[in-house]
Amino acid sequence: MSKISESKYKNFKADREKFPKMENGKPVIDLDSHKFTKIWQGPQHPGVTGNMSMEITLNGDEIVDAKTHVGYLHRGFEKLLERRKYIQGFTIVCRICVPEPDTNEYCYSAAVEELSGIEIPEKAKWIRTLNLEMSRIASFLMWIGGQAGSLGMGIIGQWTVSMRDFWLDLFEEISGGRIYHMYIIPGGVRKDLPKGFKDRARNLVTKTRKLLSDVERTFFNNSIIKSRLKGLGIITPEMVDEYGIVGPNARGSGKEYDVRQNTPYLKYNELDLNMLTATGGDAYTRAELRYQEMHQSLDLITQILDKIPEDGDIQAKIPNVINWKIPAGQTYIKAESTRGEHGFYVVSDGSKFPRRVFNRGASYTHAISVLEKLAVNTSISDLAGLMVSLHTCPPEIER
Amino acid sequence: MSLKDILSPFGVWKRAAQKPWTIKKPTKDRPGAENYRGFHKNDFEKCIGCGTCEDICQNAAIDLMPVDKVDTDMGDSGLRPLLDYGRCCWCALCVDVCPTGSLTMSNEYTWISDEAEDFRFIPGADETKWQNESRGYKRSENMQLIDYDRVEMSELEPENRDKTFIEIVKGYNKEQAMKEAERCLECGICVAQCPAHMDIPEYIAAIREDDIENAFRILYETNPLPEICGRICTHNCETACALHNNGESIAIRWLKRYIADQIPPEKYKEVLGTKHLADPKINKKVAIIGAGPAGLSAAYYLAILGYEIKIFEALPNAGGMTRYGIPKYRLPYDQIDKDINYIKSLGVKVQFNTRIGEDISLEKLHNDYDAVFAGTGLHLSRSTNIPGSDNKRVYFATNLLREVTLGNEIDVAEKIVVVGGGNVAMDITRTLARLQNKKYGKVQITATSLETEDIMPADREEVVEAREEKAIIDPGWGPKEVEIENGKIKGLHVVKCTSVFDDEGRFNPKFDKNQKKYFEADMVVEAIGQGMDLSYLSEEIKTGLKFGPRGRIQVNEKFQSDLKWLFVGGDIIQGPDVISGIANGHIAAKGINKYLL
Ligand code: SF4
Ligand code: SF4
Repeated sequence: MSKISESKYKNFKADREKFPKMENGKPVIDLDSHKFTKIWQGPQHPGVTGNMSMEITLNGDEIVDAKTHVGYLHRGFEKLLERRKYIQGFTIVCRICVPEPDTNEYCYSAAVEELSGIEIPEKAKWIRTLNLEMSRIASFLMWIGGQAGSLGMGIIGQWTVSMRDFWLDLFEEISGGRIYHMYIIPGGVRKDLPKGFKDRARNLVTKTRKLLSDVERTFFNNSIIKSRLKGLGIITPEMVDEYGIVGPNARGSGKEYDVRQNTPYLKYNELDLNMLTATGGDAYTRAELRYQEMHQSLDLITQILDKIPEDGDIQAKIPNVINWKIPAGQTYIKAESTRGEHGFYVVSDGSKFPRRVFNRGASYTHAISVLEKLAVNTSISDLAGLMVSLHTCPPEIER
Repeated sequence: MSLKDILSPFGVWKRAAQKPWTIKKPTKDRPGAENYRGFHKNDFEKCIGCGTCEDICQNAAIDLMPVDKVDTDMGDSGLRPLLDYGRCCWCALCVDVCPTGSLTMSNEYTWISDEAEDFRFIPGADETKWQNESRGYKRSENMQLIDYDRVEMSELEPENRDKTFIEIVKGYNKEQAMKEAERCLECGICVAQCPAHMDIPEYIAAIREDDIENAFRILYETNPLPEICGRICTHNCETACALHNNGESIAIRWLKRYIADQIPPEKYKEVLGTKHLADPKINKKVAIIGAGPAGLSAAYYLAILGYEIKIFEALPNAGGMTRYGIPKYRLPYDQIDKDINYIKSLGVKVQFNTRIGEDISLEKLHNDYDAVFAGTGLHLSRSTNIPGSDNKRVYFATNLLREVTLGNEIDVAEKIVVVGGGNVAMDITRTLARLQNKKYGKVQITATSLETEDIMPADREEVVEAREEKAIIDPGWGPKEVEIENGKIKGLHVVKCTSVFDDEGRFNPKFDKNQKKYFEADMVVEAIGQGMDLSYLSEEIKTGLKFGPRGRIQVNEKFQSDLKWLFVGGDIIQGPDVISGIANGHIAAKGINKYLL
């Protein structure tokens, strides 16, 4: 694994004279002065992660103010869930994150199970853990393609997104779906692993490692990438708690917080994994950290494949789902997604329908307050790279 | 910046020489996985049109539709799911909940048409290119979203019941009933099957809500004898229940009993809102012949409409066959009384020990009352008429059962053979087994029937329980002769019955005379069916009536005969079973109301 680089904190040098005055923490922008341009980046923009947009105020090519706008993707998942039977929820929650739906499936199901006092079988726990790590690698493969693409290097995306497709093949085998797996359901998982699956998964781990070494050579050992990403979007350690930053964004600034290790769930406490952190705090550091986490996931997948029991139930006995009522109560279940802590707060009032399902996705902070802050003082050409370096996922913001 | 950082990105060229991952013709070379959630398939043979798939689909992508060539049948609504691919998200939840396993998915995932309407289709009825594809998503055996296991009913153990007439089935407690009620899919297939069309899913839902009073009101909308039906109903509903296809049907009958058991008699009027029915509101009188289920049901529904009702009953107590035909261990008399006392409390009068046609003529009833309902039941027994069947120790089951209820001592021989395979045969077998056990300390009774075990009309649990009580059930034999020596019965000769019905389903038993058997016995009981006694119809009345097949009086859909004032129902028209009688009585009550208004 490559060594985490020390960022040089290459701050963007700006002529502060030309900047608008700040009042109550907000820049005073007089568009009539003809010093500023206001433009929209997104929602249909190749450099935007998903459908969201940035309203940016420029002085030349320098961003002096940025505002995140969401709402293009709002489908009202949380509200819909209030009118759905508990079992129907799994068909909805997966849609909260396209590249990594499984964390939603897991958190929702685990919350329902906790509220109804159901303990799922061992084998189901192992399969779920496998599923979550597979979804992490699939999500990271998509992210790194986006990170390279946002800087104009399309080839990495072509490699890694095709590799992601091989992982989707495996998802298709176990769940019957490529994108929305709808596989982890309250009570357990829907299917056992098919014959020969473990070998195919091990082969794919090898294949992915090989690809990653190519990615390392061409993306990380790349003078252009380095000059573009180093010093970009620095998250200082102080910002982490202040903004509630999680995941690789926080760990890249030295914060030791990974849900899988701080509060292990499923089978993570039976696996060998280390807390990966770095101190650079810039986009390059985060990219390298994510790269290491990809190797970590591959390593975990190998460990899990060795440990999944051959026999055993895949589902706990659950009541007839048509009339399934859950005792009144509330719970918050969290898991480590590729973007950081991902959680579901579920409240039951004792009826057939959840009273409230609230989803906390990391992007809520990362794509709004953090991005709005980090965008200021950067060049417009770096905004896409910055956004991807925070690994934002808009549907998480507007559930 | 190192030189390496400038040179190594050129490594991308290395891959230019490698074989591409892309597949040229993806749809042809790349079928969906074995388990792919592709386009739907539905096996019409298995599908029962329960609509559980429609119910669970959170996208409302399924509608149940009538289709050509599929008819409504026992346990089949005749409807089939229509899928709307403008709505479906291929979650396969419908597949997972389908209680028959008929609904599956293929691994096909491409479908091109410029006609939007094509994507609304009925799998199984509309031709699709994937209909014979065996790959695709199916519910996994080790994953259940529906509870197929019935909550077990506690019963008296065989050793504690084989000498007594104490009720065997103990009934559900609240926790058990609510758990059992939770299993219901609310598909309503049972409602169509119930002769009285009781609103079963609704009262089961009320149990789940723990709103027993509401459940009780729902029962009385269609059935005024819930304690009786909750114990001995033939429960066609359970045979139709969707869960029956993959596991155990809902214990509908026991749930009905649970509801009725929870309401004490003194609360009936309050719960059912019948406190102020004492004075008849309608100044018309209806006479009812026979206090069996049909008569009681007609009486109840007429009484709450405000008619003045009087029932004439030949026997000394009410209930008809439920009291005089069914043993106490299945249906205790106090439970019959609970149902009937409530009906009586509504002002319904019953005159016992009065046989119409002997004590009072039907003509007189016609003169004294505005309408008459006859539900006289099947009280004549049929005989095998085989040689020896005229011996005095050859009895009819219904006669013996009646004597037991009346409290009279009956003849109990040491070795007995019962001929018959229905519930009456099991009732008498188990009654005599208890009496033998008391008298001789052991059971030596054999029941034999034409039907083999798989087609025996008796309820399965009756056969099982009879065996637990040490009776021998030896089905598949046809009686040939009762062997008599010096006027005493020695036994029964039987020959193998090879088939009971002919190809058209008519009763036409065939025998293999070479396969014989002999049951030693000193008493024989015949339980091969009952006939009706219509002797109360005078010649004059008969000329005003029409008779249909098997001598049944012809009635219209309101159970009104050709003599407008005479309504007829119950076992002499339909059934025989309690719930058909109740249903007839209810409809007849509405008919009488219409006739008299
Ligand atoms: S759930 Fe199954 S059996 Fe019921 S209607 Fe749907 S396809 Fe038919
Ligand atoms: S697959 Fe899902 S969305 Fe489609 S019809 Fe079935 S339940 Fe509805």
